[in-house]
Amino acid sequence: MVVFPGTNCERDCALVLERLGAGVELLWHTESDLHGADIVVLPGGFAHGDYLRTGAIARFSPVMDAVTTHARSGGLVIGICNGFQVLCEAGLLPGALRKNRGLSFLCRWIEVRVCNYGTPFTGRAEQGQTLRLPINHFEGGYYCDESTLAELQENGQVTLRYEDNPNGSLEDIAGITNAAGNVLGLMPHPERACEALLGSEDGVVLLASMIDSALQAA
Amino acid sequence: MTETLHRDLGLTDGEHELIVSILGRLPNITELAMFSVMWSEHCSYKSSRALLSTLPTEGEGVLVGPGEGAGVIEVVPGAAVAWKIESHNHPSFVEPHNGAATGVGGIVRDITSMGARPIALLDSLRFGSAGGTRTAYLASGVVGGISSYGNAIGVPTVGGECIFEPSYENNPLVNVACLGMVETEIMRGRADNPGDLVILYGSATGRDGIGGASVLASAELGPDSSDKRPSVQVGDPLTEKLVIEASLELVAKSIISGLQDLGAGGICCPASEMAAKSGTGIRIDLEAIHLREADMAPFEIMISESQERMLAVVSPERAPEVLEVCRTWELEARVVGEVTDSGLVEVVVSGEIAASVPAAALASEVPLLKRETGRPEWLDDLRAAPNGDDPHSDLGACLLALLASPGEASARWIWEQYDHMILLGTVLGPGGDAAVIRLPGSAAAVALSLDGPGRLCHLDPYEGARLAVAEAARNVACTGARPAAVTNCLNFGNPEKPEVMWSFQEALRGIADSCSALGLPVTGGNVSFYNETLGRAVHPTPVIGMLGVLEDATAAVGVAFRAGGDVLALLGLTDPDDFGGGAYAAVINGALGGSPPHLDLEREGALHRLLAQAAAQRLLSSAHDLSGGGLAVALAESALAGGLGFRLTAAEPVVERHRWLFSESPSRALVSLAPENLDRLRAAAAALGVPMTPLGEVGGDTLDCGGFEVALAEAAAAHATHPFGPPTAF
Repeated sequence: MVVFPGTNCERDCALVLERLGAGVELLWHTESDLHGADIVVLPGGFAHGDYLRTGAIARFSPVMDAVTTHARSGGLVIGICNGFQVLCEAGLLPGALRKNRGLSFLCRWIEVRVCNYGTPFTGRAEQGQTLRLPINHFEGGYYCDESTLAELQENGQVTLRYEDNPNGSLEDIAGITNAAGNVLGLMPHPERACEALLGSEDGVVLLASMIDSALQAA
Repeated sequence: MTETLHRDLGLTDGEHELIVSILGRLPNITELAMFSVMWSEHCSYKSSRALLSTLPTEGEGVLVGPGEGAGVIEVVPGAAVAWKIESHNHPSFVEPHNGAATGVGGIVRDITSMGARPIALLDSLRFGSAGGTRTAYLASGVVGGISSYGNAIGVPTVGGECIFEPSYENNPLVNVACLGMVETEIMRGRADNPGDLVILYGSATGRDGIGGASVLASAELGPDSSDKRPSVQVGDPLTEKLVIEASLELVAKSIISGLQDLGAGGICCPASEMAAKSGTGIRIDLEAIHLREADMAPFEIMISESQERMLAVVSPERAPEVLEVCRTWELEARVVGEVTDSGLVEVVVSGEIAASVPAAALASEVPLLKRETGRPEWLDDLRAAPNGDDPHSDLGACLLALLASPGEASARWIWEQYDHMILLGTVLGPGGDAAVIRLPGSAAAVALSLDGPGRLCHLDPYEGARLAVAEAARNVACTGARPAAVTNCLNFGNPEKPEVMWSFQEALRGIADSCSALGLPVTGGNVSFYNETLGRAVHPTPVIGMLGVLEDATAAVGVAFRAGGDVLALLGLTDPDDFGGGAYAAVINGALGGSPPHLDLEREGALHRLLAQAAAQRLLSSAHDLSGGGLAVALAESALAGGLGFRLTAAEPVVERHRWLFSESPSRALVSLAPENLDRLRAAAAALGVPMTPLGEVGGDTLDCGGFEVALAEAAAAHATHPFGPPTAF
């Protein structure tokens, strides 16, 4: 679990992933070695204060070289919210996240539809299943050029779509994978939806699927 | 130095004479600046301290009372929380975004300085009328500032209130409360051991915020207030986040022996307070302080209110560990001084003593003021004025108008800009009576609420303050929590005016009486005077921050109706004449007059016990406090939150229908429950002497109030009315 200065969801993600059976190690952004991790998590927050542009400084943190190598060699990477923004800036996912259509920060429960249940992150999902998850972002409107969008759709890289688009995201996109399918970026926070008392357990579908995939690969 | 410099710095001639006699000589400019901030109203509480001592401060579970960075309460065995509220009113008026943002930063550091991890924020906001020329600018700026700062530091903003009222037109109120969880041990602002080193870490020191405590917070504002913009600090939430983590690591590893944040009064404040509390002295070497800009004068460095800074005290052997922890969090940290046995705060520049003042004189020897009090002459006329209880022919339209009014409409547009879910503790978030936050690593939760009924306090500051405590306690009780501790933020006008001081004195008497009767200790708070602009004071506004305890977070009860077929019941008694200062009076009849509702604290306490009992026995589907707009608005809010209508079937009341529906009598709650639980609730209510009236049932898609109906969708549209115009699509 990569921690940049300003990352703030690492404790939540660690707690939930540990509860789901994963061993979690927090990795400060200056590290250059992933300590043999099977999954790299880029949790939400405000890496480097979101100064300049979300994720723009984080992509230069030393740890990102190791994350890139891990991703290029097929290792699982999930970027949640700010982590998604960092993955786009680092070129591990195509496109960018723009300011919300309403030009204000938005924290609310939304529903997303699983569009590709064949990814390492959606194995436990049923086709067309909707998940109730929270979003929490200012820059969550996914955007890419037309040819990239065509590629995303052709390859089945659009993994999650908003049922009721909250932020002006292109084609209601809430989450995408890279072409190989081993890197997922999503704006909703699955770690916040893993307990009925907090409003939903649907986040488990994504996170447990990811752990399943890592176990199968190991 | 001119003879009147002390006056420019906000010190009176009498205070200046006393300073001369304490020092035995004339103070130099650095010393004068230090006195001016430490003896300012904001830092010294010189007008309020004597009255504050009348508040009850002791009670079950209180580990730290007033006087430290924050009160600390043990909520269940082994789990202690820090809880405090502070104001940032004037900075938010002068520069709303940064004023509010640094308000969040300041209270968060207060909590952190106690060794507690900040886990929840609440905001109590007041602006002028929604249509006022600057209201939209101020409110958007303040909400944006809280959002950008609170979200970035990773602390959820889980509740609060936002009120629009002409009295706050030129003096908005921005009060921020923070809850922290003590992770290992309670830290304190102490400097016990001469020879220990003093380390300053966090942001660099600049010219921002010079005179914030004295110039901004302790004087009225006027037409040239924008000139004071340089006195507002600029926040850096990224550094704050790192300061939180570094501070908690220093405490967890037991490296440091004292810790205090830098807020109002700059480094001068923790240096003098820590030394004074411990009976020691502190010597600060100004050249060791890392500065944001060159050529700062010694007095500027001493009182700069640059944000995101902490002062730690550590033994010389362990000082390197402090520097190392700060280095890993990429924070600047330097040894800037040492603890001495001189009893003095000494400031060293180039090896020479540039200032030398007894720490105790700065921290606690300000001459306390016995301000003159006088009941306002206009009060009798106000109390004799109509209370706004006139009936109206179309009560459905009244209900819709109330739901759409800025004071009662949904604040969703505000709280959706706040991350209210991070840290995975938000069992009940914004939009209800109180937020319920599960404590990390515990099955227990706390319920938190802020309440400050300015209109009621305007009519009668004593009764208004009693009602404020009662309502805040009732809010947490509705979730099933036991009200346990109070923090308060007392927002008043210029204390030099007898009528302001009278209202302050009356309000304190009201808080003390309510807290004593309900068994609630006051564990800390903040006084904000001089809330006036162009000579007009805001309504007396004591904001009560209530903390309640729920042993089992899963027992929490929300305001939303949960199931069709549930039965509705009213707990408590309705007085048909309780309209004074209420929402119906203001919105429907444009009236503010008469007397506030009558409060019986024994009934109030009995209701709280009943609600806690019913929640623990899992009898309730929902519970909602009756306040602004009375029963009708409470019914509508519960219906809208649950997406379920209701039908009132109670026998026609003997009083006029609008009195029954819109009276704002306190000590009441609306509950819904499965029909099979009704007998048990009735028995429990009878045992505690709480009157219970069955009202009807939940279900359908209309608000059927007996004599009239409103469609749920129509009510939802009214409730979504944005105070500054049509609701935006997002």
